[in-house]
Amino acid sequence: MAGNINQGAKALLLSELVSGMALTLKYFFKPKVTLNYPYEKGPISPRFRGEHALRRYASGEERCIACKLCEAVCPAQAITIEAEPRADGSRRTTRYDIDMTKCIYCGFCQEACPVDAIVEGPNFEFSTETREELMYNKDKLLSNGDRWETEIAHSLAADAPYR
Amino acid sequence: MPKVTIDGEAIEVPAGITVLQACEIAGKEVPRFCYHERLSVAGNCRMCLVEMEKSPKPVASCAMPVAEGQVIKTDTPLVKKARNGVMEFLLINHPLDCPICDQGGECDLQDQAMAYGMDRGRYLENKRAVPDKEIGPLVKTIMTRCIHCTRCVRFSTEVAGTEELGAVFRGEHMEIDTYIEKALSSELSGNIVDLCPVGALTSKPYAFNARPWELRKTETIDAFDALGASIRVDARGPEVLRVLPRLNEGTNEEWIGDKTRHAIDGLRRQRLDRPYVRKDGKLQPASWGEALGAVAAKLKTTAPAKIAAIAGDMADCEAMAALKDLMAGLGSPNLDCRQDGAKLDPTQRAGWLFNTTVAGIEEADAILLIGTNPRWESPVLNARIRKRYRAGGVKIAAIGPQIDLTYKYEYLGAGPSSLADLLAGKISFAETLKAAKKPMLVLGQGALARADGAAVLALARKLADEFGFVVEGWNGFNVLHTAAARVGGLELGFVPQAFGRDVAGILDGAANGDIEFVYLLGADEFDTSRLGKAFVVYQGHHGDAGAARADVILPGSAFTEKNATYVNTEGRVQHARLAVFPPGEAKEDWKILRALSEQVGKKLPYDTLAQVRARLEAISPVFATRDVPQPGNWGAFGKEGPVDSSAFVSPIANYYMTDPISRVSETMAACTQTYLEARAGRTGTHG
Repeated sequence: MAGNINQGAKALLLSELVSGMALTLKYFFKPKVTLNYPYEKGPISPRFRGEHALRRYASGEERCIACKLCEAVCPAQAITIEAEPRADGSRRTTRYDIDMTKCIYCGFCQEACPVDAIVEGPNFEFSTETREELMYNKDKLLSNGDRWETEIAHSLAADAPYR
Repeated sequence: MPKVTIDGEAIEVPAGITVLQACEIAGKEVPRFCYHERLSVAGNCRMCLVEMEKSPKPVASCAMPVAEGQVIKTDTPLVKKARNGVMEFLLINHPLDCPICDQGGECDLQDQAMAYGMDRGRYLENKRAVPDKEIGPLVKTIMTRCIHCTRCVRFSTEVAGTEELGAVFRGEHMEIDTYIEKALSSELSGNIVDLCPVGALTSKPYAFNARPWELRKTETIDAFDALGASIRVDARGPEVLRVLPRLNEGTNEEWIGDKTRHAIDGLRRQRLDRPYVRKDGKLQPASWGEALGAVAAKLKTTAPAKIAAIAGDMADCEAMAALKDLMAGLGSPNLDCRQDGAKLDPTQRAGWLFNTTVAGIEEADAILLIGTNPRWESPVLNARIRKRYRAGGVKIAAIGPQIDLTYKYEYLGAGPSSLADLLAGKISFAETLKAAKKPMLVLGQGALARADGAAVLALARKLADEFGFVVEGWNGFNVLHTAAARVGGLELGFVPQAFGRDVAGILDGAANGDIEFVYLLGADEFDTSRLGKAFVVYQGHHGDAGAARADVILPGSAFTEKNATYVNTEGRVQHARLAVFPPGEAKEDWKILRALSEQVGKKLPYDTLAQVRARLEAISPVFATRDVPQPGNWGAFGKEGPVDSSAFVSPIANYYMTDPISRVSETMAACTQTYLEARAGRTGTHG
């Protein structure tokens, strides 16, 4: 009997509606957590594993030495490497392909790399209109490296004490 | 038989072996770098240290002979500590450049460092650096990686017999060097790459090509010479990237020649990957149907007696059997597998086999080489003769080319007259042969591929008969072939049938119009201009002499691209296995002949490889065996007659280029340039 009266009173005074509206009002005055995405971006960790890039030394020499450890460790078998001696006798790749549609962004490749050549940079905005554009070759990866070098170097430096 | 205790387990081992070998018998693994079963003991890496009771220090097991009552321990903390120490010292001067090292992934040092290495280095001083050496087009050196095991030095001194490598300076400054810069002249030099436990010596043509874990490994056999060495073909995708030897005590032990190892880059070049038909004087690409149709049309309009077939040096037994059956179906007796014109007598198996067997060389006490240069005809077999020579108690003599065979021999003369003199006892070596208990002779193709070849063969047989080469349990009569296909062809009877023509007859017939149709099964090693106006069909894998002359080209497969049977010079039946698929539209050879037979209307009665192999067995029961030399019965062969006095000449003028594959190989071209043209006095400013 008492329960029925209580429920009736609540319904009559619209208390649930009022408490709901009060919550709405409270969040109306709180700072927003959503981002206006294309114009605003959230912070990402130095360990973020985004689009791949092949790095160069400061001298402009490519870092990759074709050891093929990334190819061997890649669980999705997304990496294909071919190598031969360059004219100066050094060991270099003639082909370095990543199939970005196969890649699972596990980061094993950058962990395996003994010279920090292949890295997963901070870029996550590389969607394409066609599937073919996601078959990255060496030129694409090196140009990624050139474009993102500042950010990548910063991330690597920030993460270095923990490696 | 001394009794030793190894890790608490008492075992009896043969006397005279080392503690390391005893440990192996007991199933204990002992790490090592410098020790190798087929080389002398050096004892300089110290990795094989074990603990021995009553010895104050750990002992190097590879250099310690076993003795009665020894108590050996291989798994104590002391042993572990000693080996860790050795490993740390080895790594002091070893650059940690595994990522750019071609040995990475199959490196003894890498593997053993996993077991005995520390996870960090304590050596903070500068590492030693050593200048690299230039030792020819096959071996690349990165001498900073060298750990001074001296396996390469011992190999070149003992097995290869060319004392070119040595160590200069002492202690930490020691360097492996040729002293004066030169290319290693041995035909076995590629083996030092396999022997090197680290990445100091690596294969130059294979440099940076692939990692061992990427490769698909196929155990097969070699078809570049008649020894039929056991090899492993490593391929990635459609490409054969390298060839390594496999252990086979009967043939190659664990060595292979440089041609076997490095000519495989020829498999990628100048391949016949689609059929061609000559139209208006030019070879035009065609479909299989057109090509086979053209051949069949010509075959149907040609009289059987005007049809001929020649099998080449790398033809497999299945294809030869199919071609022989096809020729029988067509009614033509003109077929021959001896394209060099060797006067081998097909009637007696003992007359064309290496009857002593390759392993049997080690028992011989007198060796007579007739018209052969084994160093070029089969370098691994030559290494076996050298092994016998080093063991001592053998006299070796040669009639024929006078060249450096890597061992000492008595030179008896250049031609058949010396053989006749020897037979007549006019040469003192005759006494040696008479006194020998197990004498053997090796008859090369240089002595047989000449006009008086049959008489030379008869002379050699007479020599064998008179000097007791053939006794109970020992047959010292040996023919050394140069072509992988030859023994198989003879075994199958791929020789002129009744009233048929041999190679010389076919070529003469083609020149004067008696032969109108010639089927070349990979045959290139003769003067194709002598084919005259004949309609020539070339079935093979490379665009070489035969294909250039052909009217129809049927693309076949090379020995790495088919499951095929080869018989080596001992009569050992071995199977080659498919490592990669033939390129383009090329097919397995017996299948091409099977398809052609149907077009001609003489359908061959086999559709599967098993049925072809059953047919092989029906032709000769030898084909039912596998990897066991099949001796032949001794009997009369050869044809006695007059011999002329001209010198025997080895059929191989250039070891590095003997067949369509090696002739298009870049590596072999580099070797030819380095070893033959340089030796002939040509320099970079020529031409």
